[in-house]
Amino acid sequence: MNGSVVENILLEVRNLQTHFFLQEGTVHAVAGVDFVLHRGSTLGIVGESGCGKSVTAFSILKLVTKPGRIVGGSILFDRSNNGKPDIIDLAALADNSPQLRDIRGKDIAMIFQEPMNSLSPVHTIGDQITEGIMLHLGLSKADALKRAIALLREVGIPKPEERVHAYTFQLSGGMRQRTMIATALACSPKLLIADEPTTALDVTMQAQILDLLRQMRAQFGMALMLITHDLGVVAEMCDEVVVMYLGEVVEQAPVDQLFHDPKHPYTQALLKSVPRLGYGRGQRLNPIRGSIPDPFSRPTGCPFHDRCEKRIPGRCDVVHPKLTRLPDGRTVRCLLYEDEAS
Amino acid sequence: MTQTIANPKAPLLEVIHLKKYFPINKGVLSRHVGDVRAVDDVSFEVYPRETLALVGESGCGKTTIGRCVARAYKPTAGQLRYRDAAVQPRGTRASDATADGTDLATLSERDLIPYRRNIRMIFQDPFASLNPRMTVFNIIANPLKIHKLAKGKELEDRVAELMRQVGLRPEYMRRYPHAFSGGQRQRIVIARALALDPRLVIADEAVSALDVSVRAQILNLMQDLQDQFDLTYLFISHDLSVVEYVADRVAVMYVGKLVELASTDNLFRKPKHPYTEALMSAIPKPDPRLRSKRIILGGEVADPANPPTGCYFHPRCRYAQERCKVETPPLRPVGDHLVACHFAETLDLAGIPAVSAS
Amino acid sequence: MALEHNEPGGISSPEAAAPADVIMPRDTRILVASQWQLIWWRFRRHKLALFSAFILIVIYLIVLVAEFIAPYDPGDYSARYTYAPPQTLNLFDTRDGQLSFNSYVNDYTVEIDPQALRRTFVIDPETRIPVRFFVRGWSYKLFGLIETDIHLLGPENPRDRIFLLGADSIGRDVFSRMIYGTRVSMTIGLVGVLISLVLGIFLGGISGYFGAWIDNLIQRSIDFLRSLPTIPLWLGLAAALPLSWGPLQIYFAITIILSLIGWTALARVVRGRFLSLRTEDFVMAARLDGASQMRVIFEHMLPAFYSHIIASITLAIPGMILAETALSFLGLGLRPPVVSWGVLLQDAQNIRSVATAPWLLTPAIGVIVSVLALNFLGDGLRDAADPYSH
Repeated sequence: MNGSVVENILLEVRNLQTHFFLQEGTVHAVAGVDFVLHRGSTLGIVGESGCGKSVTAFSILKLVTKPGRIVGGSILFDRSNNGKPDIIDLAALADNSPQLRDIRGKDIAMIFQEPMNSLSPVHTIGDQITEGIMLHLGLSKADALKRAIALLREVGIPKPEERVHAYTFQLSGGMRQRTMIATALACSPKLLIADEPTTALDVTMQAQILDLLRQMRAQFGMALMLITHDLGVVAEMCDEVVVMYLGEVVEQAPVDQLFHDPKHPYTQALLKSVPRLGYGRGQRLNPIRGSIPDPFSRPTGCPFHDRCEKRIPGRCDVVHPKLTRLPDGRTVRCLLYEDEAS
Repeated sequence: MTQTIANPKAPLLEVIHLKKYFPINKGVLSRHVGDVRAVDDVSFEVYPRETLALVGESGCGKTTIGRCVARAYKPTAGQLRYRDAAVQPRGTRASDATADGTDLATLSERDLIPYRRNIRMIFQDPFASLNPRMTVFNIIANPLKIHKLAKGKELEDRVAELMRQVGLRPEYMRRYPHAFSGGQRQRIVIARALALDPRLVIADEAVSALDVSVRAQILNLMQDLQDQFDLTYLFISHDLSVVEYVADRVAVMYVGKLVELASTDNLFRKPKHPYTEALMSAIPKPDPRLRSKRIILGGEVADPANPPTGCYFHPRCRYAQERCKVETPPLRPVGDHLVACHFAETLDLAGIPAVSAS
Repeated sequence: MALEHNEPGGISSPEAAAPADVIMPRDTRILVASQWQLIWWRFRRHKLALFSAFILIVIYLIVLVAEFIAPYDPGDYSARYTYAPPQTLNLFDTRDGQLSFNSYVNDYTVEIDPQALRRTFVIDPETRIPVRFFVRGWSYKLFGLIETDIHLLGPENPRDRIFLLGADSIGRDVFSRMIYGTRVSMTIGLVGVLISLVLGIFLGGISGYFGAWIDNLIQRSIDFLRSLPTIPLWLGLAAALPLSWGPLQIYFAITIILSLIGWTALARVVRGRFLSLRTEDFVMAARLDGASQMRVIFEHMLPAFYSHIIASITLAIPGMILAETALSFLGLGLRPPVVSWGVLLQDAQNIRSVATAPWLLTPAIGVIVSVLALNFLGDGLRDAADPYSH
């Protein structure tokens, strides 16, 4: 990646590899992931079980614990505020280094799928929000509390000045999710990573939360990395999309192109297998045959070849495709395009 | 219960004023202080060979209805009239089979046994609904053994045949559930449900816990089985796009009440209840060109232990009037729909426009 | 609906990231492995538990063939050797500058302190009492059936006395008494646990399965029983036993007393498992298949228990051992001539013994080793007990 568009890139992941070392063997949960996230844009990372999307997100913030470990690659993050690039490789930082802790919560924040698990049951929500504020912004307890109340109001929690003293279990599910978002936004991060933030929510609540994320995104001017298996959410929220399969990026494209001109056979098959509103019983759903391979025994060559309609016998099961850059800037990992591009 | 959808066939199952309340007991002496009204006076019919979908969000009661129909729960009140000439209630003769069918809601456990063959259930979580300590053979054979339908070699053949029908290799029958993927486990669950040649199958979120690309496999399988064995499905789901694909008619539930019932086409093209409209609007469509201003419902789903007065939906409804706060709207026919809304005739609600498959 | 559940503290296992549609094991053995095989494979990884299991097997072998291992009858005393110190068993002899295999112990020389008129023993390295393996000694019935007089080790000359762990106040061999004490102490725990097992499963089971007022009643009774201070309770019950009862009757009475208190822990475990299993989908599926309640409990729910029960039992035995030891030590449990570790420790009740004859405390080592081994084993079993908990 040369320096010409560097000013606009907030995060670049190059050949990230995160492996889990288990008794039964080693799982290559992230097996060489490359993608780019631009400032202020929303990147969707979509894939099914075993694709490694969540592990990728956790790797970025160095939250992967034993028996998992980042074994290779770089995570380049531009943490400057003034336009002059100040790039740091997060993968190279030690797990508890002060620079990393400086970035976590301040420059990069994260929200999770299950707020009940990620909010502390023994602290008030005010305490949880102000902790980060006081740590990163150096405000006094009183000022931090004011900011926390303002944040709670922003995210739509009624009577925030009272709620700030409530405990997590006293809030409903939707409120907790909003609290988690408020905590994440407390220090105006440049990047918010959202790991399946609405998967556990009802449809109408999901609409509220996605709407809130849209508002916050516009208000704070931040980039959003949205990890999900739901193609609808991706279509609604994202500017660019990365599709992952078995630990690798198989395609990255702007959202409209991904949905209307998918290149990788997996993306194509995925879109054809999902029911869409409006088509009713007239549509033909084409499931992808077979199932996701066992992570301990990855297929040779292309990881998708054994389920792929378009595979080339003799090549796809032998050659592992590289990530090819297409003329319009998109990337695809497929032998069908490798020939074209070269 | 008047039929609003002209249907010459008699319903297979008639749910009449079904109620299921779960008592709330507080205090040292467990005093009964209130009820969670999981199902609050619901009535509908299921016709043979159709797929009726029950949709709604959490707390709406759809799963509870499914369990009441399967008699995993005993209803608090109401009737479940099941008409099936093939099943004789104990102690009656074939000629006694009344046109009204049998009320399953009040039958004792012993009397229910013949009906348990006809009404079977597919569960949501393929990990939790299979006993991890039993082989696949034992899991599928269990109902056959209990109802004494086969044994020995015949039993093994029957299980092998069932496995083949759902797309599993019979050689795997000595394996344990942990050897299979989620989609394959769901096939085992379906095979178990089919083992007794049922008429009515209740599918409780049958594909929700599966990977997106695998759902289509299971949905197609269920449709093939329906054609092959003349099955009737009560399809419980929160996913409207799946429902549009599989269902003939759709019933929308909110906090224990039925708010709208119509054929799939009618419901999706032109809903008549504001909740249905909001629900459809809230679903993110997998097409960035379809991003539109969506109806965002404020507030949260009402608490079934403490529902609002009048129409349960009125606190969140953008069309609510004074009347809605006071008077609970009855479920009544409006055009081809059954709707529970005071203003169903006058509201002009937006649905999902049909797209012709290109 | 959730496909991937991530712990926000960090992903520590790919199962958290890859559950739904992946076939996990690639080894065919795992595919057809029953729950017992899976449990065994998990258990194998706990090295400490494996080692403890080995130790316990050795201990129970000793229990089985106690007569064979003990050189002397435990009641056999000799006034000449009161408080004789332990003699080390040597296997190699370096006399005459040559190394030869010769198992022996050193004899004592006796000195009498003129002022205190106390006899002291000093090990004399010049003397040899030959010790042989598989010698003839006093006769006994192996397993109560086979008449024999072969012992694992003993003096070559049956008239000699060897004291591998010293002698007690009337010259009895502590080593032999320890071996016999092992038998009583390790088995009294088993009988008591068996009774607790039956009570615990039955009461815990109906408590958990039926819930409601039965559950309430049983749980409050358990609360009451657990709130009773155990030592005074044991003392009271043990003191109420008629003195005229023979040692065997007292033995069984003690075990019944112990198990009447001990069943509560197991009942809690069983109840908890029943409660959690009751709501599982597969239990409901079995009911919908038409299975009767009995069938559901025995065929579908109980198999989920066995491993937990085994783990709980293993962890309950040490309590029994400690309780018996304590009671007997206080003189209210087993009494001579029955030999248990607690009874043996009675001899060590005064300062004089402990100061001048510290080998009288070796039964305490027996208690410590067996209790630790059982605890480690129980921990390992409990961790391995549920192979399906991801």
